[in-house]
Formats: sequence, C-alpha cells, structure tokens
Amino acid sequence: MSKEPKTMADGLTSASMRRKLNGDLILKALVACAAIAVVALLLGLGIELITHSDLSLSKFGLSFLTGTTWDPVHEIFGALPFLFGTIVTSVLALAIGLPVGLGVAIFLSEKAKGKRVYGYTLGTLVELLAAVPSVIYGLWGLFFLVPILKTYVEGPLHSYLGFVPLFASTPFGLDFFTAGVVLAIMIIPTISAVSRDILNAVPNSQREAMYSLGATHWEVIRKAVLPYARSGIFGATILGLGRAVGETMAVTMVIGNTPRITASLFSGGYTLAAVIANEFTEASYPLYVSALVEIGLILFGLALTINLLARLMIWRMTKNTRFRV
Amino acid sequence: MEQSGSHVSSTKFETKELKAGFGRNMVLNGINLRIPQNRITAVMGPSGCGKTTFIRCLNRLHELTPGATVGGEALLDGENIYDRNVDPVAIRRRIGMVFQKPNPFPTMSIYHNVVAGLTLNGVGDKKVLNHAAEQSLRSAYLWDEVKDKLTNSGASLSGGQQQRLCIARALAVEPEVLLMDEPCSALDPTATAKIEELISNLKRDYTIIIVTHNMQQASRVADYTAFFYLGKLIEFDETATLFENPKEELTERYITGKFG
Amino acid sequence: MTGLVYAAVAVAVVPLVLIVGDVVIQGGSQLSLSFLTNLPRPVGVPGGGIGNAIEGSAIIVGLATLIAVPIGVGAGIYFSEWPESRLSFISSFMNDVMAEFPSITLGIFVYIIIVLTTRTFSAISGGVALALIMIPIVARTTEESLKIVPVSLREASLALGIPRWKTVIRIVISTGRSGLATGILLSIARATGETAPLLFTAFGSSYYFGGNLNSPIAALPLLIYTYGISPFPQWQAAAWGAALVLVGFMLILNLSVKLLIGRKFAGVRAEI
Repeated sequence: MSKEPKTMADGLTSASMRRKLNGDLILKALVACAAIAVVALLLGLGIELITHSDLSLSKFGLSFLTGTTWDPVHEIFGALPFLFGTIVTSVLALAIGLPVGLGVAIFLSEKAKGKRVYGYTLGTLVELLAAVPSVIYGLWGLFFLVPILKTYVEGPLHSYLGFVPLFASTPFGLDFFTAGVVLAIMIIPTISAVSRDILNAVPNSQREAMYSLGATHWEVIRKAVLPYARSGIFGATILGLGRAVGETMAVTMVIGNTPRITASLFSGGYTLAAVIANEFTEASYPLYVSALVEIGLILFGLALTINLLARLMIWRMTKNTRFRV
Repeated sequence: MEQSGSHVSSTKFETKELKAGFGRNMVLNGINLRIPQNRITAVMGPSGCGKTTFIRCLNRLHELTPGATVGGEALLDGENIYDRNVDPVAIRRRIGMVFQKPNPFPTMSIYHNVVAGLTLNGVGDKKVLNHAAEQSLRSAYLWDEVKDKLTNSGASLSGGQQQRLCIARALAVEPEVLLMDEPCSALDPTATAKIEELISNLKRDYTIIIVTHNMQQASRVADYTAFFYLGKLIEFDETATLFENPKEELTERYITGKFG
Repeated sequence: MTGLVYAAVAVAVVPLVLIVGDVVIQGGSQLSLSFLTNLPRPVGVPGGGIGNAIEGSAIIVGLATLIAVPIGVGAGIYFSEWPESRLSFISSFMNDVMAEFPSITLGIFVYIIIVLTTRTFSAISGGVALALIMIPIVARTTEESLKIVPVSLREASLALGIPRWKTVIRIVISTGRSGLATGILLSIARATGETAPLLFTAFGSSYYFGGNLNSPIAALPLLIYTYGISPFPQWQAAAWGAALVLVGFMLILNLSVKLLIGRKFAGVRAEI
C-alpha cells in the first residue's frame, strides 16, 4: 500500500510549540482565575463582615454576645436572645430530625435495597423535600402548621403539663416549638441523604461478620452497621445542624420575632438569621447596621465551625473510601 | 548487555540510559535499546518490570503523571525527543498509541473517532478526512464492517471492533511509530487473532512496538523481542533466537515459566 | 424496630404531600392568565397579579446564571484537571464550605459591596447574590462530572498529538456535558427559590422591569414573603398563587433533571 502525500505537518516546528504553550497556559490561567475567585469570595465575605461590624464590635465588645437587650431605639444591642433562639430551634430540629432522617436512611440503605422502585420513589420524594424553597415552608408553616400545632399539640400540652417550664406559656402557635418543627422537616433530607451514603459506605464485611454469628437483620443494623457508622452519622447530624442554624425565611415566618430568653417552648422568639431578615432594611443609623452585620458575623462563624466539624467527622469515618459530601 | 540482529534494518528509535520513575521510585533503570525500523518489536516481562512505563516514555506520555520523572535520551531518527526545544505534542503526532482497553471517544461517531486526530488539529478538508478515514479503517481491517454505519456511535461496536477502531484512529494521523500496550489483553481469541494479523501487515509502513505478557503472542507476531525485568533490559534479540536460544539465564527462566 | 423505621419514613413523606397539596389547593384558585400577567393591585382593588415578580425572577436568575456559570464551570474544570495543585485543594474545600452557607450572610456581603457603593437596591445586586449561591453548586457538579471521564480518554487524545487544552475542551467537557448541564439546571432551580439574600439587594418592587438594572426589582419569593405575612386575605391569596407557580417550576425542573440523568448526581441536593 503506497503512502499518500502527508496530510499532517509533522516535526519539531517552533510555531507549533508556541501555539501549544499558549493554549495550555491560557486555559490553565483562565480556570485558575475562577478557582481563585472562589477563594476570594469566601475570604471577602469574612473580611467584609468583620470590617463592617467594627462600630458595634468596638462599642460593645464581648458584651454583645452576653447582652440580653436589643433596643434599637436606645442604641443598646445585645445578641444573646438571638443566639438562644437559634440554638433552641436548632436543637429541637435535630431532636426530631435526627431519628426521622436516620430512620429513612436505614430504610433506604438496608431495607429497600431489593425493592428498587420502592426505594427509588421514596428517595426521590425525600429529595424533593429538599427542593422546596424555604419561603414556601414558611408560608405553609404559617397558615397550616401553626394552627394545627397550636390546637392539637401545644394547647393540650399546656393545659395538662403547664407546670413543666417547657410548656409554661400560653401557646399562640408562633413560637420556638413551631419553628423547631418546621426546621426539623427541612433538615430531614440532609440528614437522611448523608446518612444513607454513610451507611452504604459501611463495608459489607462488617455485616457479613455479624450475620455469620447468627444475628437478624435488625441486630446486624443495630450492632454492626450503626456503631461503625457512628462518627459519620454524627457528622451528618452536624451538617443538618449547620443548615438549621442558617435557615432564615421559614423560621422568621413562624417564630414570632420577639427577642426573648425563656424556658418555655411555646413562647415567641427570635433567631440570628431572622433578626437580620426583619430589621436590616429598617436599620436607620450606622451603629444599628453594624450591630446587624455583627450578628451576620456570628452566624458566619457558627456556620463555619459547624461545617468544619461535620467534615472532620465524616472524613474520619470515610477516610479510605471515595466519598464526597 | 548485548544487542544483536538490528543490523538487518536501520534503527528508528534508540534509547540511551533511559530512566523513569514516580517520585522516588525508579521504574526504569538505564535502558539502552535500539528499535529497528519497519519491524515489530515485542517488549515482554513479568508484572512490574517497567514495560508499560517504557513505551509511555517513548511518546512522552509518562511525564504527564504528576510526580513522574524521566532521564536519559530517546532518539527518534537520531534526534532526542527529550531535548529542551522539542514540543511533546508534535512528538505525539509522529508516534501513535493503542491502549490496553479500547477507548473510543464516546460522544463521537465511528467516522469522527477515526479522524479525531486530524479534525482536532485543524484539518477541515472533507476530501482529506474521508480519504484518511477509509485508508485507516482498511488498514485496521475494519472498513468492511463499518463502512455503512460510519455515523453510528463509536461505543456501539464490539470490544474487538472498538480496538480496531482505536488502531484506525491512531493510524489516521500517519505516525511513523505505533506503540501498542497489550492491545489484545481485553479481547477474546477471535478478536485477538484478527488484530495480530493486521499488526503483521502494518509493519510494512510503520515501526511497531508492542508490549505483551503473552509469550505465544510475541513469538507469533514479533520480529524482535526485548525482555525486561525489574526495570532493566535483560536481553534483546530476534524473537526466534530469544525464545529458542536465550543468552541470559533470567530470560531462560522466564521463558520456561519459572516465574510469571 | 421495623415499625419505627416505617414511622420515620411516613413522618418524612407526609409533610411533602401536605405542603404540595396545600399549595395546589390554596394557590390553584388564583391561577389565571391575568394573575400571571397583571401587576399587583392595592388592597381592595381586585384583579392583582404577579406578572412583575415572574419577570423579575427571570431577570435576576438570568443575570446570576451569566455570572455563575463561567466561574463555576471554570473552577470545576480546574479542580478536576489540576487536582494536585494546592490552589485546587484549598479552593475546592472553600467551595464546599460556601455551598452550605447561610444565604442571608451572602446577602449582607453583596449589600456591603454593591448596594452601599451604588446607593441603591438593584437587580444587579440581586443577581450577584444569587450567583454566589449558584457558583458552589455548579463548581461541584462540574468537578464531579469531569472526574468521571476516564483517564484513558484523555490519554488517547493526548497520544494523538492533541494539545492538553483541546483535550480538556473538546474531549473531556464534551464527554461530561450532561453532568454539567444538570448541575447548571439544579443551581438555577435553587437560585429561583431563594429569598433571604434578595431581601436587601433586589428588594422587590410593584412594577415591571423598567430597563434599569440598577433599580429595585420584584421577585417571586420576595412577593410570597411580603404578601404571605401581610394581614390582607387578598394578598395572602396572591402569595399562595405565587407559591404554586414557584413550586411548580422547581418540581418540574428537579424531576426532569432526575429523569434525564438518574441517580448519578445524588451528591448534589437541590437544597435551600
């Protein structure tokens, strides 16, 4: 077979070398800029938050975190009520969301494995929960959950167990409790999805070892799978906590928006995110704005710490597997 | 280490003290080898002997792995491809490579797969492309099977056909050397036989280096065989001589199956 | 024990059914062409609509997409093709952190750098705020889609003498393109539903977009919020109608993405 005339410019031409160098370097430089932009954005966020809360930081210092009075009229700002509200609602959300999310994850990862369609539909439904916007949760919570909880849960609990500090105030429905329930529903998809991946990452050899000792399916789950997955599930919980802490719209629509520190779940309250949402556009003088920015800074710090903690836990458990949250 | 038999044809590729490794691990320790032109040279040896690293040094693919190190010289037609002024991309156009598992581009049709090396380097002339496609597919013994379905996806072919497609793709840029890394190891015996047949025909126009762990394949297909062990070239000779009358004890032990 | 697990599943699924159901029931009665195209009317005046909110959302999200896609895809390419670099490690880590950040802090950030300096609420600031939410999602899905492309395809391309940049663009991205598209669509869905960062950037408006990107603009979620918490039944009803439009849009988007690519990208959750 004779060779046709060459169609390719071969060889060591410096022209092609220049062309190639440029193309590779340009692409790398361009996408590296995008990567740098990401870093710059996060750093910029932190820096701007710190800079613009300087007025408030210098005026109140640490007492900002311990102060219980939030009085814009008299220029007194203390963030403790909001911190309190954020913590209470988030803890409540976890208390409900963790068992439910874990239960769903166990179902999806252990029980529904054989019945594909079942598991797939269910998994989709739970994921769709995550796709519902926060403001819709708030709207539904305000118009449906509040009256239901007030009449069927809070009312009875207050009537019969009103001596317990938790249930001591007269329930109007717009309170810590409702906010906690809404948050719980919102973080269930996070906890269940991550937990499910964690459970799937538990090596089969662990299950098989327990089976060969004569355990039932549930015993295998309780004694082999869950203990192994413990730190991963803890990490999933913390991730859910992170989401709850940052949640704004749904909370502000059902929590009552009054800064209060109290033992009663049925009292109105306020969270860090909610106060920013409500008052930022009303802040009429620089100190006020600065105080709100500082609240944003606290939120930033909280979210960052929680996030890093969660990643650490999950990383520890899945160190040797290819796993990404 | 003695090298004989290469006086029959001229040398296409010569390595001088070629070393290669990853980080602090040396995989190749000073290889001196002369690859004859227009012949089929098999590179053989047990797992971990460096044979794949060796051919990946010949088309400068090895250095693309992060942490990879290369030393020494590799002379293509007398010129060192590792010289500072040399553009690796241009080198790779003169040297084709076929991989262990067939890897056609999944988003391209058969036709576009074959001419990918041309189109992605700026060749747009339809006549040129069609001609190159047909020629390469014929050389790869695939033309008759696909000529009516050139627009089908490259992934729609069987394993053996895919590998021949990859061979056609490599041939379409008209390289001078063809590197083949265990091209038949993922294929069944029928597909393997077909590819071995086409390789034997290719040597008229190309210099072929084929890595193989299959001694029977080497003796069927290769004119010359190089035996590597633990990163060193142990012996290089005409295939028949190497198999029937190996000069090194290590070679003899490998051939007689004393280690894998 | 089985009972508990099944109970958990029920508790998880029932709210979704209730929410969607309530939105459909409450909002369904509002749906009409005039509702979708009219401007909001004062309380007591019938016939108000959400046309400007739909338009506003489209504009802001469109803006955000234009900003977020180049940056997100670019960063994702860098993470995937140059994973050994330190910038890659740091940036990718920060990207993951930013993905789960309280969106209201992003709103404060954009307020500081854009609204304060331009002295006005604007569609641009709203677009930038949403872009900040979209970038981490796009970057992550891009990275994962490209990482799935087998190394041997890259090597086959390089071995043909195709330069690396062309290999990335013509081979790698082309092979991973459905994953990329999915990520972009999911991030759009997420951005459309975000409210908090728009509260003090886009701010909201009662009028159609007037051509000036530097002035306040309406958005669906903003309207749902302000009308939903108002004491007027007429406005509350409009909020439900808007909620139906929003939920409908998002569910359709999410479901079609799921149908298109299945469970491959379960790692990206369209969370708020």
